[in-house]
Amino acid sequence: MNAHLLSLLVFTPWIGAAILALLRGARPNVHRVVALLFSLSTLVLAAILWRGFDSTVTAPQFVEDHPWIASLNVHYHLGLDGMSLVLVLLTGIVSPAALLASWRQHHHSRLLGALFLLLQGAALGVFVALDFFHWFVFWELSLFPAFFLIKFWGGPGATRAAYQFVIYTIGGSAFMLLAFAAIFATTGTLDFSQLAPLAASGELGRKLAAVGGWWPHAVFLGVFLGLAVKVPLWPFHTWLPPAYAEAPTGASMFLTGVMSKMGVYGFLRILWPLFPADLHRAAPCLIWLAVAGVVLGAFAAMRQTDLKRMIAYSSVNHLSYCLLALFAVAAATAPGTRPESTVAALSGTIFQMFNHGISAAALFFCLGILEARADGARGLNDFGGLRAAAPIFAGLTGIAMFSSLGLPGLNGFVGEFLIFRGVFGLAPWAAAISCLGLLATAIFLLTFWQRVFHGPRLGAARGAFADVHGAEYVVLVPLVALMFLLGILPQLLAGIFNPLVTAWAVHLP
Amino acid sequence: MNALPCTIYVSFAGAVLAWLAGLRSAAAARWVALITALTGFGLALHAGAGFTPRAGLQDLVNVPWIAEIGVRYHLAADGISLTLVVLTGLAATAGILFSWNIEQRVGEFFALYLALIGGVYGVFLSADAFVLFVFYEIAIVPKYFLIANWGSTNREYGAMKLVLYSFVGSALVLAGILWAYAAGGGQGFGLGELAAAATHFDHAQQVGMFALVFLGFGILAGLFPFHTWAPTGHVAAPTAASMLLAGVVMKLGAYGCLRVAMALFPAGLAFWQTTIATLAIIGIIYAGLVALVQEDFKFVIGYSSVSHMGFVLLGLAAANARAVGGAVLQMFSHGVVAGLLFAVVGRMVYDRTHTRRLADLRAMPLHRLLPFAALTFVLAGMASMGMPGFSGFPAELTILIGAWKASPLWTLFAAVGILVAAAFTLRVMQLSFFGTTDRSAPHSAPHSIHVLPPITWAERAGALLLIGATVYVGLKPDVLLDWITPALQSPVMQAVFGGAR
Amino acid sequence: MTPNFAGLFHALLPEAALVLGALVALAIDLAFGRGRTDAERMQLSAVIGTFALFLAVYHTLAAGVSGPVFGGVLTIDPLAMATRLGVLVLAELTLVISSGSARPRNPAEYVAVLLFATTGFLVMAAAQQLLLAFLALELASLSLYVLAGFDKTRPECAEAALKYFLLGGMSAAFLLFGFSLLYGLTGSIELPIIARQLSAQPLTPLLVVALVMVMVAFGFKAAAAPFHLWAPDVYQGAPPTSAALIASASKLAGFTLFARLLWSGFGAAAGSIAQSYVLPGWLPVVAAVSLASLLIGNFGALAQTNVRRLLAYSAIAHAGAMLLGLMAARRAGMGPLFYYAATYGLATVGAFGVIATVAQTGPCERITDLAGLHRRSPLLALCLFVFVLSLAGIPPLAGFFGKFNVFAAALQINGLGGYIGWLTILAILLSAVGLYYYLIVLKQAIVAPPAKEAPPISVSPETAVALILTAALLIVLGLFPSVILRLFAVTP
Repeated sequence: MNAHLLSLLVFTPWIGAAILALLRGARPNVHRVVALLFSLSTLVLAAILWRGFDSTVTAPQFVEDHPWIASLNVHYHLGLDGMSLVLVLLTGIVSPAALLASWRQHHHSRLLGALFLLLQGAALGVFVALDFFHWFVFWELSLFPAFFLIKFWGGPGATRAAYQFVIYTIGGSAFMLLAFAAIFATTGTLDFSQLAPLAASGELGRKLAAVGGWWPHAVFLGVFLGLAVKVPLWPFHTWLPPAYAEAPTGASMFLTGVMSKMGVYGFLRILWPLFPADLHRAAPCLIWLAVAGVVLGAFAAMRQTDLKRMIAYSSVNHLSYCLLALFAVAAATAPGTRPESTVAALSGTIFQMFNHGISAAALFFCLGILEARADGARGLNDFGGLRAAAPIFAGLTGIAMFSSLGLPGLNGFVGEFLIFRGVFGLAPWAAAISCLGLLATAIFLLTFWQRVFHGPRLGAARGAFADVHGAEYVVLVPLVALMFLLGILPQLLAGIFNPLVTAWAVHLP
Repeated sequence: MNALPCTIYVSFAGAVLAWLAGLRSAAAARWVALITALTGFGLALHAGAGFTPRAGLQDLVNVPWIAEIGVRYHLAADGISLTLVVLTGLAATAGILFSWNIEQRVGEFFALYLALIGGVYGVFLSADAFVLFVFYEIAIVPKYFLIANWGSTNREYGAMKLVLYSFVGSALVLAGILWAYAAGGGQGFGLGELAAAATHFDHAQQVGMFALVFLGFGILAGLFPFHTWAPTGHVAAPTAASMLLAGVVMKLGAYGCLRVAMALFPAGLAFWQTTIATLAIIGIIYAGLVALVQEDFKFVIGYSSVSHMGFVLLGLAAANARAVGGAVLQMFSHGVVAGLLFAVVGRMVYDRTHTRRLADLRAMPLHRLLPFAALTFVLAGMASMGMPGFSGFPAELTILIGAWKASPLWTLFAAVGILVAAAFTLRVMQLSFFGTTDRSAPHSAPHSIHVLPPITWAERAGALLLIGATVYVGLKPDVLLDWITPALQSPVMQAVFGGAR
Repeated sequence: MTPNFAGLFHALLPEAALVLGALVALAIDLAFGRGRTDAERMQLSAVIGTFALFLAVYHTLAAGVSGPVFGGVLTIDPLAMATRLGVLVLAELTLVISSGSARPRNPAEYVAVLLFATTGFLVMAAAQQLLLAFLALELASLSLYVLAGFDKTRPECAEAALKYFLLGGMSAAFLLFGFSLLYGLTGSIELPIIARQLSAQPLTPLLVVALVMVMVAFGFKAAAAPFHLWAPDVYQGAPPTSAALIASASKLAGFTLFARLLWSGFGAAAGSIAQSYVLPGWLPVVAAVSLASLLIGNFGALAQTNVRRLLAYSAIAHAGAMLLGLMAARRAGMGPLFYYAATYGLATVGAFGVIATVAQTGPCERITDLAGLHRRSPLLALCLFVFVLSLAGIPPLAGFFGKFNVFAAALQINGLGGYIGWLTILAILLSAVGLYYYLIVLKQAIVAPPAKEAPPISVSPETAVALILTAALLIVLGLFPSVILRLFAVTP
């Protein structure tokens, strides 16, 4: 059992999807319950994994390694380290929530559930794969369920948004594929855990350099591009606002909560370990891209009148923090020069991934409620005085918002604080400018808060605006509880990845 | 293994039987055809199960045929042939399942169809240039009648164009082979003998012969700019013929390029390598861009075939064991996937809606009217895009790896090609099956005006067969690569790879 | 040179059988034909003709390869033997199809003239002496003029015969003039002596004139451009079965005769085009004629709407390819050329047989007249499929191997090192053009639906047997070309 725990983790949702596909003719509620049960399996298995997880070991645990494709030297290689576990936990929490958010979809509940489970399994696969081949399998296969979720259940511009989303991502992936083809051509392996030592010793760089010319850099750029589009890093983010805005609530939650993490995870798991030297050289420039994402994302969010687009841009902003920290670490003169800053920055990154997953998912869920109650209206100026109409809703939304804002006491604060602390130590100017982003975030979130919840009752709030009820509590309350919990007891999560991050600070993963 | 030549004989015998059966009843002809194709497929699989991969061709039959000019009836197989023979069996079986609804001149249809299949098997198993050429031409003529008789849009034009291109190609091949034969002193047409003789040719001769033969076969493989027969031909053809054309016949060209042009004239390859790669890359990207703006569903798939065959040619041009292995894998993959795509477009959709204009299809909620077709098309489309988990992915990855060794620049363009392929596949997927989801959730609007005949068992069986093949190979490419790779270690192939960059 | 009349008689037994058969057919028709229908008379005559042809085949085989006869006037070498057999088979097929489908008026005369023509072909196949060659050629030609104009009810037929006769007469005059010049130059009409004399003397202008005159006659006989002008009109106007004989047996015998004249007689004056320069002689002339024929034949055929004219142009194109075989004959022997000519003859007889059969129930002039043949008579459609594809050179039919072998032989002369190589490449490429017009024919026959009023076609049993046999021969010879090639294995 233990030996195949990770496989079980990854494939249980897919088995669920297959079962759903076969459950033809059952009543929609059966579909929903089956989907939810399989979705919850991740949480259960993640808990089991957590219990068996030895956080002092920095190497991957629960490893499964079987030869798979001899001609490409591909192994079915799964493993779980602290960072993976955090993201698996996140997936386990966000996925059922996202599924519950779609509970009300009247049509094609079977297809909806199956697509969600496919997406969930793919994301988990990405987080535990240690060989490029099947990492890439999951990475690419996650696109299609997301595509159809956006397309079928999305808003009026969904077709275009979904198309753009997939094409951008595949475009990036194509170049990443090219890069890995090059890596395989020179090293004969696609296994991350074999490539990382090669890269650390400089062997990989030398071998690639044998091609000559500009090509070794192109390999780095290929991987970079594939990941940067997925995160997204400014200026590769243009697919994101429409995709998040047009997606149905549940899909938005999953996209922002889990899928955007796949990119950041890729940066940490692949780009940095495999191309430490290249990243080191490029980081001083890349930092400014991340800063641009932080600042411009926030300012763009400020200009939005569509609430969903606003939160989408805020996602750009939040994810850029993660990359800012990573680039700052990579840009530092030599590994391990300022260990505390490095540890802080990297811990902050992982924290931020988790926090953003929780709080952005919660915010999108709240927006979904707004939208559903207001017959699809979700403009900043379509609402007013909602606090009076729906006080509990207002309160929970407010907590999510403040978590996103980084209010001390809530989880968002921990991540952002650690990141700023680390980055100030490593790249003070970048950190200073990024503070503008913090400011702008505060402005647009408070504007949101004020316009929608305060003032005279307007728009949908003028009629009967039902407060949070039933299943909505089931989604929101745990998320909000987590915000508080992690805000107060960050070590709960930090314990998982601290040794790992400390080890990274000394020598790169 | 020794049963492999029977695939040829069974197919030709089946052709005659199907024709005779068709004189009495259409159903009999269908079943005869299906059983024939299944027998061929079974023989191929059986041979594959008992196959011991080795470097070089393993003789199956080798008897004198036309002693006066040194022709031997020499059939042999290696892993490459075997892969393609299995593909042929698969595509033939699926094609018959997707032609189950043909009602006119059924016996003749299947007779021509099986004759074509027999020729294709023959090409893949030939170890003598003369024999190969004979089978190659046998495979050309039935195409004309299949398309001209049972085709759709512009069928006579499409058929004639296709056949003339093929025939011009075969004329070039003939010229090249005869030249080599004459230059080698007229000893014989055995591929091995010719390759041995070719080592004594001077450089200019090798370059010239390679150009003739490669161009001749390349036309059939959709080499840019000689690919224009492919879209029109594919579009005009009846479903099963499109499936075979894209699935198998284009492979004949690529196989000929590899087995004859490259293996015989390594110096020629070294000379033309960059040109071929450039044309292949232009083909990949150009055909992909053209596919991106087509308004006819089938044209998109037609151009996509050209684009994908560009990968095969690129792999061949890269001329190392890795890339060529990937090219052969891509041949298999594209054979299956293109067959599937054409089956959806031609059989599942066109035969029911009688339109292929994307603008018309867009107005129909096809994904609800034909959910099985939609699912099949999504899976086929993913496979066609090179999504991992399907056979196209290991193939393209292997080609990229090999191409990188030859020239990183080619690889870069190939990656652009992958992107373009994703773009046009996704576009056509949206427009065809999911055109009406824009503003309404599924099932929300009544569309009962459209009632289409349900998907038949034959279509389901054919689709599942092909999907199963592409997924199986996608997850376990070793089943084929274990055959292909040793074949590329043969001295002949090593000489080819040694001479190239 | 001692006259050996016994040997001569023995060698000419096949010819004798034919002449006798012709006379018997005439006599019996005269005696018993009155009051009977044309069909009955035709059948009777055909039976007699068939009997005579079989007797000729028997004697040909019985005589075997006996070498020079009567002091070298005739030579029964493998080529002569093969040509005789080939001519007899083609004549027999023509005869059967005539009896089954064409049913000419005055059937006995038709059969008799056909047998006379065949007699001429047989002598042409073996003639080794200028005078005899000329006589044989004239016997054959005169008979063919008659056959071409046999259908007196149609003015086109008369026109065809007249055109054929006038141009044929002129070419005969050229030939005779050429022969007399040669006689003057070498002092002999025996080919071996001529050969010896020519190898001892340079290429004088007079010799060139003589050779050109022979070439003109040859071009006429072979329907090679630019001496092809009679062919389209004759193929179109003559009764289909006559056209079949003109296109098949006559061509086969003609090629044998001229190949023998040119190579064993004038071989020394051949010249060369195997290098990148030209050595003057008759070979360059043949090459030019071949080039012209290939181009005019293939491209001319593209423009045709009449199926018989199309076959005529295709015949011109094929003549061009056969000339390639002729040029390669010094190195490769007569095998490739003979195989090509014989299988081409078979396919042409078959094609004209189908046309003759279709013409019985309606017009068969335009290509569209063949529309829906697959419905009107599946058998005819299938046979036409085989014949036309053989003409187009599609394996496994004999037409393919004929082309292949000729091209291979031509390329073996010196690869692409000389003009002949490039000419061969051109011929190969033009075969792709050929496929176009052949497919146009097949498209009507197999793809197009029949015209509304077109009735089904009934095929008489003997025609059916002849056509199926022809098709089967084309397949078998295509699969096993060694059957024919083996005959030539010993020729140097």
